[in-house]
Amino acid sequence: MAALEEEFTLSSVVLSAGPEGLLGVEQSDKTDQFLVTDSGRTVILYKVSDQKPLGSWSVKQGQIITCPAVCNFQTREYIVVHDNKVLRIWNNEDVNLDKVFKATLSAEVYRILSVQGTEPLVLFKEGAVRGLEALLADPQQKIETVISDEEVIKWTKFFIVFRHPVLIFITEKHGNYFAYVQMFNSRILTKYTLLLGQDENSVTESFTASVDRKFISLMSLSSDGCIYETLIPIRPTDPEKNQSLVRSLLLKAVVSGNTRNGVALTALDQDHVAVLGSPQAASKECLSVWNIKFQTLQTSKELPQGTSGQLWYYGENLFMLHGKSLTVIPYKCEVSSLAGALGKLKHGQDPGTHVMPRFVNWETPQGCGLGFQNSEQSRRILRRRKIEVSLQPEVPPSKQLLSTIMEDSEKHIEVEVRKFLALKQTPDFHTVIGDTVTGLLERCKAEPSFYPRNCLMQLIQTHVLSYSLCPDLMEIALIKKDVQLLQLCLQQFPDIPEAVTCACLKIFLSIGDDSLQETDVSMESVFDYSNSVHDEKMEEQTEILQNGFNPEEDKCSNCDQELNKKPQDETKESTSCPVIPKRAALLNAILHSAYSETFLLPHLKDIPAQHITLFLKYLYFLYLKCSENATMTLPGIHPPTLNQIMDWICLLLDANFTVVVMMPEAKRLLINLYKLVKSQISVYSELNKIEVSFRELQKLNQEKNNRGLYSIEVLELF
Amino acid sequence: MPPARGLTCNGGRRARRRAANGRQPNLPPPSPPPRALPAHFRLCARSTSGAEPESARARGAGAERGERREGERAVTGMGEFKVHRVRFFNYVPSGIRCVAYNNQSNRLAVSRTDGTVEVYNLSANYFQEKFFPGHESRATEALCWAEGQRLFSAGLNGEIMEYDLQALNIKYAVDAFGGPIWSMAASPSGSQLLVGCEDGSVKLFQITPDKIQFERNFDRQKSRILSLSWHPSGTHIAAGSIDYISVFDVKSGSAVHKMIVDRQHMGVSKRKCIVWGVAFLSDGTVISVDSAGKVQFWDSATGTLVKSHLIANADVQSIAVAEQEDSFVVGTAEGTVFHFQLVPVTSNSSEKQWVRTKPFQHHTHDVRTVAHSPTALISGGTDTHLVIRPLMEKVEVKNYDAALRKITFPHRRLISCSKKRQLLLFQFAHHLELWRLGSTVATGKNGDTLPLSKNADHLLHLKTKGPENIICSCISPCGSWIAYSTVSRFFLYRLNYEHDNISLKRVSKMPPFLRCALQILFSEDSTKLFVASNQGALHIVQLSGGSFKHLHVFQPQSGTVEAMCLLAVSSDGNWLAASGTSAGVHVYNVKQLKLHCTVPAYNFPVTAMAIAPNTNNLVIAHSDQQVFEYSIPDKQYTDWSRTVQKQGFHHLWLQRDTPITHISFHPKRPMHILLHDAYMFCIIDKSLPLPNDKTLLYNPFPPTNESDVVRRRTAHAFKISKIYKPLLFMDLLDEGTLVAVERPLDDIIAQLPPPIKKKKFGT
Repeated sequence: MAALEEEFTLSSVVLSAGPEGLLGVEQSDKTDQFLVTDSGRTVILYKVSDQKPLGSWSVKQGQIITCPAVCNFQTREYIVVHDNKVLRIWNNEDVNLDKVFKATLSAEVYRILSVQGTEPLVLFKEGAVRGLEALLADPQQKIETVISDEEVIKWTKFFIVFRHPVLIFITEKHGNYFAYVQMFNSRILTKYTLLLGQDENSVTESFTASVDRKFISLMSLSSDGCIYETLIPIRPTDPEKNQSLVRSLLLKAVVSGNTRNGVALTALDQDHVAVLGSPQAASKECLSVWNIKFQTLQTSKELPQGTSGQLWYYGENLFMLHGKSLTVIPYKCEVSSLAGALGKLKHGQDPGTHVMPRFVNWETPQGCGLGFQNSEQSRRILRRRKIEVSLQPEVPPSKQLLSTIMEDSEKHIEVEVRKFLALKQTPDFHTVIGDTVTGLLERCKAEPSFYPRNCLMQLIQTHVLSYSLCPDLMEIALIKKDVQLLQLCLQQFPDIPEAVTCACLKIFLSIGDDSLQETDVSMESVFDYSNSVHDEKMEEQTEILQNGFNPEEDKCSNCDQELNKKPQDETKESTSCPVIPKRAALLNAILHSAYSETFLLPHLKDIPAQHITLFLKYLYFLYLKCSENATMTLPGIHPPTLNQIMDWICLLLDANFTVVVMMPEAKRLLINLYKLVKSQISVYSELNKIEVSFRELQKLNQEKNNRGLYSIEVLELF
Repeated sequence: MPPARGLTCNGGRRARRRAANGRQPNLPPPSPPPRALPAHFRLCARSTSGAEPESARARGAGAERGERREGERAVTGMGEFKVHRVRFFNYVPSGIRCVAYNNQSNRLAVSRTDGTVEVYNLSANYFQEKFFPGHESRATEALCWAEGQRLFSAGLNGEIMEYDLQALNIKYAVDAFGGPIWSMAASPSGSQLLVGCEDGSVKLFQITPDKIQFERNFDRQKSRILSLSWHPSGTHIAAGSIDYISVFDVKSGSAVHKMIVDRQHMGVSKRKCIVWGVAFLSDGTVISVDSAGKVQFWDSATGTLVKSHLIANADVQSIAVAEQEDSFVVGTAEGTVFHFQLVPVTSNSSEKQWVRTKPFQHHTHDVRTVAHSPTALISGGTDTHLVIRPLMEKVEVKNYDAALRKITFPHRRLISCSKKRQLLLFQFAHHLELWRLGSTVATGKNGDTLPLSKNADHLLHLKTKGPENIICSCISPCGSWIAYSTVSRFFLYRLNYEHDNISLKRVSKMPPFLRCALQILFSEDSTKLFVASNQGALHIVQLSGGSFKHLHVFQPQSGTVEAMCLLAVSSDGNWLAASGTSAGVHVYNVKQLKLHCTVPAYNFPVTAMAIAPNTNNLVIAHSDQQVFEYSIPDKQYTDWSRTVQKQGFHHLWLQRDTPITHISFHPKRPMHILLHDAYMFCIIDKSLPLPNDKTLLYNPFPPTNESDVVRRRTAHAFKISKIYKPLLFMDLLDEGTLVAVERPLDDIIAQLPPPIKKKKFGT
């Protein structure tokens, strides 16, 4: 669960925050240290855990900082811009900003952007982007104008997507918003127009973005208090064309529409956003954390002294200006599990013990979200001494697998899946399998020709899947009429809904014998009923004993007449299996599956009557087979049990009796079943009659064992 | 140590081991290097020297093989016994009719169909600490606690009785004048008593400090009132009758509602529907159980049926609600007990509903009555078992208390024996039986059944006069006196044996003070009779020839009226120990006729005690399974007892669930104490080390393939046999003969009425 912890104030020193608040809070090269740039002349380096400043630098009086200081992670130096054009670079040892490296640029800088693992970028107010190194090589180089007149950059963010730096910035012109995505390596700049949808009046107040596989998910907090999401493709299909993007509503009424102060939005991770603003028009400002996946408010904190409408999030800390001082609220998003939510799991695990994650972490995405990876690689390199560093951390096989699924051929995927399964139990094995199946199924849906059957079979056989994990799987298999896969699912999944079981049954009954012959279903549960030797023997027995059921028994006089007409036919019917062995195997899978009577019955009514009759005939045949031997079991490895057979006969009759009773071809079957029940009743009544005798026999037996009322025995105690 | 002795001994031992074909891994192989042998022997001698008596070791060390065996048995074995295994004690406990649980004292009152009332202390390991003998004309139909810890019962003779729990007698009986009483309920405050009568009247009684006072009648109903329940606020009552339930307003005494119960049973309309039990909850819900197998919930404000559960094909006969009203229990005539709980409809929701959660089938016959203690469901019925089933969710510590208890036999002695004449006296509710044991001349080894040269004889069947049950009985050690007592009379008989004929002569003109005895005991030489009367007094009577003489009476400590339930006399006749239900054990000097000392009081009641011959050590067993040995001459606990207390008993010993009911001693082996409970017989050898929790307390297999060393090392003081069970009595007749009286449960069940027949085949 996401939770906000106790807040603390970073410094008692009142920052010279202007009406717009701070210029910015940026990460430094150490996890715990942050650069805070106020709106005047000062940059302060804070150590959050100690709640104290480590260093403070100011520009000369008369100069003004125009762009928040950032850290160049490659060289561990700090960069700041004052008076729009003057770039200053210094490090921890420097005391006076006047004496540090200075470069005057030819155009006004909007912002310097720096993330771990790449060189900082400089974004100019005209929309041009330069790498810091290239810029410093020739500070006075000409900077082109990218955006049009009166277009103002509103917000910007810098990501690394699949090891490539990607810069996004949002501009505004006359209430229209545009998004620019700059692939820094390929130098492709793509412009998108952000369409606001119906509600044209709202003003977008705050932006945040995260990277989700192929897309940048741009979230915006609008003045109507709702959060919208816009997906911006990272790899543009046609970079030349001006494209439009539509936003979709993500969360409604997060903050009140007409707030006096600014509102701010920050994505915390894939599923959580932090929103700063007043929930209602009159109320005080609040910091709230929302789960966008479940649309739930996770936690909130009231900030009575008001904020500047700015919010920064780094590592595990949320920064904001609360009143006049910089406040830090640590934020934690712990692994939430179903067990935890239900209160069965003890919270607050011993920090010393390392616990293997047993549950899927819903909060942190497994296969994506590179933008948030905050790998703290301490590299001691100075700015001027550039060292070739491999920026390619080893990609885990699971991620490789996922990317394979997205585009490669069936063959290739199969090889990859096999490779991954050979690796076996990695801690996130379950998650990866789940993701893989979901990925495969998504692609299946998107591309009708794509059906990686072998792959799916392999994945099902890992025993980690269940119906609820990938409901689409059986749906697709049902569409494709892939009985083999369905059989496998029925055998492996513990939680198939009755409706799907019934749909499977429908297919199993309706599929043609020819197409069945081609399939390769598991015949484990089917015994070769056509064994001729056995057949002979059984034919003899049906006359005499079937657990007391004798079809010749003359008790049902009027229906017997009809029966006696074709005695030959009847024996044939009862001795030969009414379905081919492959269909029998499929039906057995149905018989083995779990169900709840109440939910199954309505679905059974949808099955055509002739199929019902066929199934009943098969069940009746199984019953006869069962009653052949004394143990009332069927031969074979995993045969259906007598109870399963009887239950299904009852279910089918309950659901379809009115239909079946009208069918002439089902008549004999029904008569047989009726006689069977009747004979069973008479057997039981006979048993009840002789129960008393049994008891007497038992008593006699007991008396024999009884030692009598008196004896003298020898006892030795040891 | 001379090596020759060691070699001789080990040689013999080796030969025997080979013959027995058993080998222990920790011992040297059959042909070890000779050098190892003396060392091994030394080790073995040292390990046993602590416990082994000096004489036995000296004899065993240098002796031949045969003698060695003899000596060894003296060390580790307890010797062989011929056991008279008696199963002809045809005792059938009477069925349980009512149970009433008292939360204040954690006691349970149980009444049986013969009118007996027993009080169990649930805190003291479910010990049956008190009992009130039954009466033929007093069938108890209702039992309840009121006004704290006062116990009342009412029955078909139309009387309400209060029991004196101190003096163990009936304080008074008040006729309610309404015909047979079917039901009774104490008000929530405990100050009022309500009875439901045959004539349809509900009568309210006020409980005064020393009696009860009739107050008024409620509106008369047309048929008998079978069940009653107070609303927890005391303003309303619910009364179950035949075919309907009435709700009364207590203030006005008039019926507010009449709720008609459906007679339909499984679609068939029965003649009548008897409401066997009602329970009034504080939210106004009335729960009823009836003969149609239904548990129904009624709204008493509107008089409407809210919910109905059909739970049985037969009658649902009893109901009891937990004090928190979050769970209740019902018992059916099929022997099933159902637990209902108030559970939320969905998790986190405040809306709750009654759900049938657990069925228990611990009974074979009708469950006539149930009770609900905070931690357990208690049930009893025709099959005579009292079943206490702890609710696992309410039990905080999962110890042995969390186990199911099934109490069948009384925790007191019903059998006495004359050692000299080998006679057994069996006590039944209304008669005594005297049996002479058989004999045999054969011998055999462990486990053999010997051929009888003479079978056991039924000598005497002595029927009591009057409707009262026998409280206690005793036969003198010489076999010539039999004494027994009912509530109102004391009987003493003189027996004369002339060859095979027995003549019985009643000693007439018993003194008036000998009226009601709780315990009777003869001295070892049969010259004195000790009688514990219900007023707390102990009488000593001198017997000589055919007459008796009252010698002395020990009056109870001033201010106490506590009755003495257990007596023990020393074999020299000098000391008499007496124990009450709660206070400590008093020891009297019979010669000087004065109180000698009082054993320090212990928290748990005494279940059995005896005084050892020669040493005059008093051995006391308590209901928490502790055994103490107290030296009467020294007036202090013996060293052995202190050692036992210091080390503690084996955990399995403490986990036994039946109390020790008899203690005796071996005349030739002063270190042995013989005791038994219903499921085991044990000889404690005080000379051997006590077992710790790691050692095996009970080994059912004779140690045939174990060598001496292992046997000596594992030998401990407790020698247990579990062959005889349920064991009602066991005593030593002479040095090598024991008598064990068993009462197999199957024999009891065979004498009960047949249970409701359930179909075995088909449904």
